[in-house]
Amino acid sequence: MTPAPIFDAPVSALRRALDGKEISSVELASLFLDRIGTFDPGLNAFITVDRERALAEARAADARIARNETRPLTGIPLAYKDVFCTEGMLTTCASRMLSNFVSPYDAHVVSLLKQAGAVNLGKTNMDECAMGSSSETSYYGPVNNPWEPGHVAGGSSGGSAAAVAARLVPIATGSDTGGSVRQPAAFCGITGIKPTYGLVSRYGMIAYASSLDQGGAFGASAQDCALLLSAMTGFDPRDSTSLDRPVEDYAAAIEAPAPDAARPLAGLTIGVPGEFFPEGMGGEIRAAVEDALAQYRALGASVRKVDLPNARLAIPVCYVIAMAEASSNLSRFDGVRYGHRAAEYADLADMYCKSRSEGFGAEVQRRILAGTFVLSHGYYDAYYLQAQKLRRLIAEDFRRAFAECDLIAGPTSPVTAWALGAMNDDPVQMYLADIYTTPVNLAGLPGLSHPCGFDAAGLPIGLQLIGNYFSEARLLTATHRFQQATGWHLRRPTPATAERAHP
Amino acid sequence: MPLSNEQVLRLARLARLSMPDDVNITRMRLDSIFALVTQMQIVDTTDIEPMSHPQELAARLREDIVTETPCRATFQALAPQAEAGLYLVPKVIE
Repeated sequence: MTPAPIFDAPVSALRRALDGKEISSVELASLFLDRIGTFDPGLNAFITVDRERALAEARAADARIARNETRPLTGIPLAYKDVFCTEGMLTTCASRMLSNFVSPYDAHVVSLLKQAGAVNLGKTNMDECAMGSSSETSYYGPVNNPWEPGHVAGGSSGGSAAAVAARLVPIATGSDTGGSVRQPAAFCGITGIKPTYGLVSRYGMIAYASSLDQGGAFGASAQDCALLLSAMTGFDPRDSTSLDRPVEDYAAAIEAPAPDAARPLAGLTIGVPGEFFPEGMGGEIRAAVEDALAQYRALGASVRKVDLPNARLAIPVCYVIAMAEASSNLSRFDGVRYGHRAAEYADLADMYCKSRSEGFGAEVQRRILAGTFVLSHGYYDAYYLQAQKLRRLIAEDFRRAFAECDLIAGPTSPVTAWALGAMNDDPVQMYLADIYTTPVNLAGLPGLSHPCGFDAAGLPIGLQLIGNYFSEARLLTATHRFQQATGWHLRRPTPATAERAHP
Repeated sequence: MPLSNEQVLRLARLARLSMPDDVNITRMRLDSIFALVTQMQIVDTTDIEPMSHPQELAARLREDIVTETPCRATFQALAPQAEAGLYLVPKVIE
């Protein structure tokens, strides 16, 4: 058997190779940068790649390794979704509005990962301003799915998910407002986790909807996600919603030996909401998720039915709240202090309007208009206030469900990756695909997606696990046990596919 | 409740966006969003407290001390037009 190539290795193996001086961080960064050079033209997963900067960070990491000052991610290459501000580096949010924005500061997440010694290879492509479920609305063009070019990678963190799936980078950050980490993880066949709201600082993460936005982590496995998430969390006084609690070592937590090795998930109760398996749901997705649940049972977990009666309203509720918060958050882009300013204008009002309409794409402008409407006089109570009341009912559903189970499971998405452009004529159709992920953001709970199969076209299917507040270790442990017993997370798009994407 | 073109134009003004080239298309797209949103009205939410935030936190206070250093020059270097420490915009008062 030939050993797995280094680009395909888990982060723990890269750590051992770096510490054992089998490979240097500079060599590792070069290897992944070369893969980006070869395969990214067909994927469009990156907006910015800064080779010199990456190699300088890798040299610094090698010096730290030589001094034995290593931390788990020292010298490990990673990529940031282009929603995270990186000092001295272009930070666009995939919008023309910020296409000239070189951030003067680092997001909190970026400074934590810098301190950890991780090597920044670049900034990944996404839906403009994180508004979308397919990474097609980017000013820099759509991201392709590495499993089938011509299909979407999911969104809004599609670039990060595609890059990890194609092994252009071992791990990457994302952000999740209504499913933007979990859904692209499912579409690209990798693992992605959105933690409890408040665990990852939003400082320097360009805001879409402040009460829903949360940073998250992508990796090939729960183990890789655990390493990245542990390094991203921690209290930050600069984010007023950051939670002041001790940082957990998820990577250590998932390695804790189970009392019963044959049934490592004995004692775990998984709740399955009937609402997540409606009539008419794709047979392949249903079958893959049911097979995964059977595997969880085989590992010792018990599975029982739970009810989330209000979850069906999560899409309108989440979109009303997100669009309202977006219309307010995006008012900062005015062409005065930074970002795009129109070349010609009659007066100040005209300058605002032209700069914003030139700077934002159609979907972003639609969401700003809809958000302005739901906040406007005479409509606020019927839309925004009603959405906030329903938000409480949805959160209460989860509270009741978690009295009866430890984790909730179901499909991450009712569909697999669709063809590029297939949903362009009807944005609402795309919103509907967020049915299983949006309730989690409304409640502020942690959620994870891991691969559990493929459809007939060879496109990945994801299983979503939802946990109670602060149950990230339990989510990652359950996934890790599943992945120790199965091989879905080891499947990769074949190089031929990637090469086809890059003739 | 479908929107009128006038309502769409008013929203664009409020949001400081230029009038869309084709108001009809924008209106139809917004109408389909609000058709989806109408589902929310079927639930009786009398006596339900609105939930504005996932973690019900009190605003955190900090010591009243200087924590940041001025970086006006760094920030203004990003501005389309800045001069003598000021952001320049078209004349507002004649």
